[in-house]
Amino acid sequence: MKLRKSYFADVRKDDLHEIGQARPRSDSPGHVTGKTAFFADRNFPGMLHLKMVRSPHHHARIRSIDTSEAEKHPGVVRVLSAKDVPHNVYTILILIQIGPEDETVLADGKVRWKGEAVVAVLAETERAAQEAAAKVKVDYEVLPAVFDMEEALKPGAPIVNEYHGQNYYLYDSGECRKVRFGDVEGGFAGADHILEQSYQSSPIEHAPTETTGCVVAPEGNDRFTCYTNTQAMFFTLDNTSIILQMPGSKLHFVGGTVGGGFGGKVDVIVEPIAILGAKLTGRPVCFIYSREEEMQISSPRAAEKVVIKDGVMKDGRIVARKVTGYTDAGAYSRHSPYGAQKGAGHYPGPYTIPNVWIDTYCVYTNRTPSSAMRGFGITIGDFALEVQMDKLARLIGMDPLEFRFINAYRDGDMKAHRQPTEGAALIECMQEAARAASWPVAEKYMAMSSYKKGA
Amino acid sequence: MAIRRGRGVAAINYPTGMNLGGDPTQALVHSTPTGNFMVTLSSVDLGQGMKQIMAQICAETIGVPTDCVVVDTADTDTGPHCMGTFASRGTHRAGNAVIQAAKEARQVMLEVAAEELEVNASDLETDGQGNILVKGAPQKSISIFDVALSAHFKRGRSISGRGMFLIPRSYPEKETGAMKPSTCYAHACTVAEVEVDDETGEVTVLTVKNVFEIGRALNPKMVEQQLVGGSWMGISHALYETTEPYYPNRDHGGTDFNQYLMPGPGDLAETEIIVLERPSADGPYGAKGPGEMCANPQIPAVANAVFDAVGVRVDTLPITPERILRALKAQAN
Repeated sequence: MKLRKSYFADVRKDDLHEIGQARPRSDSPGHVTGKTAFFADRNFPGMLHLKMVRSPHHHARIRSIDTSEAEKHPGVVRVLSAKDVPHNVYTILILIQIGPEDETVLADGKVRWKGEAVVAVLAETERAAQEAAAKVKVDYEVLPAVFDMEEALKPGAPIVNEYHGQNYYLYDSGECRKVRFGDVEGGFAGADHILEQSYQSSPIEHAPTETTGCVVAPEGNDRFTCYTNTQAMFFTLDNTSIILQMPGSKLHFVGGTVGGGFGGKVDVIVEPIAILGAKLTGRPVCFIYSREEEMQISSPRAAEKVVIKDGVMKDGRIVARKVTGYTDAGAYSRHSPYGAQKGAGHYPGPYTIPNVWIDTYCVYTNRTPSSAMRGFGITIGDFALEVQMDKLARLIGMDPLEFRFINAYRDGDMKAHRQPTEGAALIECMQEAARAASWPVAEKYMAMSSYKKGA
Repeated sequence: MAIRRGRGVAAINYPTGMNLGGDPTQALVHSTPTGNFMVTLSSVDLGQGMKQIMAQICAETIGVPTDCVVVDTADTDTGPHCMGTFASRGTHRAGNAVIQAAKEARQVMLEVAAEELEVNASDLETDGQGNILVKGAPQKSISIFDVALSAHFKRGRSISGRGMFLIPRSYPEKETGAMKPSTCYAHACTVAEVEVDDETGEVTVLTVKNVFEIGRALNPKMVEQQLVGGSWMGISHALYETTEPYYPNRDHGGTDFNQYLMPGPGDLAETEIIVLERPSADGPYGAKGPGEMCANPQIPAVANAVFDAVGVRVDTLPITPERILRALKAQAN
């Protein structure tokens, strides 16, 4: 790594002692010698193992559940279903007033994605829990499912989630989060060229080394200690308190070093049901995802579709940009309504464009619920924006890097969401990249600055 | 049929912290009887080294070596509230909370030292080595070890501080979308160089040159590990990863690392990292959040390089050999 101190030297003092020093990490020796403790290193006498019975269907009505054979299986201590969960219908962002509650801890009457949790089995060994789970009989009536976002948004499509009533999240602004700035149609009308393109991604797994899980120990005083690898301690504790209708003072969450999160450990999935199991059995409980569950059950990065329409002038100025973004939330909200509207605040990218129109939709389909991941709401948008920039440059016969200099935002420029740009550094990054890659760029661009003249 | 070479560029920005704000983090700092300092948080270290960075921030603010600081975190019985470690917010939010707590603790420490030295607290400074000196008269000094002993056993003072950082929540205006998503943005520009085999559709990423502007590199070695890892993840997203390869079809999803494609060591490009620092106005010592954005620019840069190499666009991620071959076939027809 090279630190290029020549840029922005006038706004930076190098008078610090500890900051800016490449001190060795205090936890590295523990990591590389295998001594760092992770949640799963906890093992308590009498600990039970929790395994989930999961839906084999994408969308189905549950006619009946028969757990009698599973309960008789040797080693099984308790079998849990929807009626055992005090507040079974929940949504995690309710803590910051983003509802409605739209998901069940254990399925009640319906399943909306293949893999949805239906019944939890607690047994003396992992094997007994697995074998007993296979003996739970669920009678399903299969329902039509919808997997494609465009199909889901058509009138008459099967309704994925009745708690929403339609297959998109309803914002206070309507069916999508909107940004309106300038006159986008006027901008298109005056443009030399129009380019409209569509971009698509599919779900992506966080692939942490350590799978999602927790170990719960009853403390004997009505308190429960939950050793967990969540990325958000109080967020998980407070949601668990709501789901279990248990005062937060009865819950003690202990984290530590996590074996990779990448946004995959901010849903509240394993802790509430494991604590409920510990409460109802009086025994320690562990619930740890298998690698298969981590890959196909835990929330992935959402698939997204991004449609970008641009009006561009022959001299390189983008005069109008319209972006329509679709986020595939799967069957439940989790963090997706938040991620979809994060996109609305991010478009049209780090460029100053006078006329902008943005709509971002959060769409429900019958697939594994998606949620947060590194770059939430932005990574796929940046792929779309920056490929679009390359296409626009080639369309008008301009160098792709020089084309970006012409449109790059600078201090003081008004963004589409009506915040003035502060602390811009895109131009300097591009200048340094041009130098590092020996990419020829005209001198006038290499002389530009993110500082505005006279500012 | 041939191996074709191309290169592509992409430039991006990225907001620091939870979108629209409203995501608090608190911190507590106190001294032990012998002048070590404990930072108490409930934030989670995901392996990126958050504990180490919080120790350096506390040490810098109090004016002691980092070795004197211990970070206790991720325990809801001891640590005050943190919204969580996500949205590139850990260093920015928790770092600011630690600075505020450490400043309050430092002030008490200087007051106790002032009583011991019989001077005004405002006339004192730290040497960063564990001592407090009178400005302009460094021969008149006291060790932080002795100050902490005095506070605990003689003067009955608690050398401690409370810190809180909260960016007030912004609510988007319904019709116009006027809002404040973030208070500071990191930046990046990446140039990727690829080879594409137009017979097999296979892409080899030869080099990735990344320039990142991150406000301030608080610990250059640690930010380097995060930026390099992010750059690899970007390549992985561009070319390999998905749980649903034929989305929206639900079939063929990988269930383990044999089926879920990720690059191995031999698939990773020669990676260059260059860091620029434009300190952010509200960042701890100017830092912005680089954790997420460092994995973004490689994806479009690789996509653009593939086009530069073989003249076809694959606008669906991941850019697999199958998709490249289908695009080449469509172009030939």
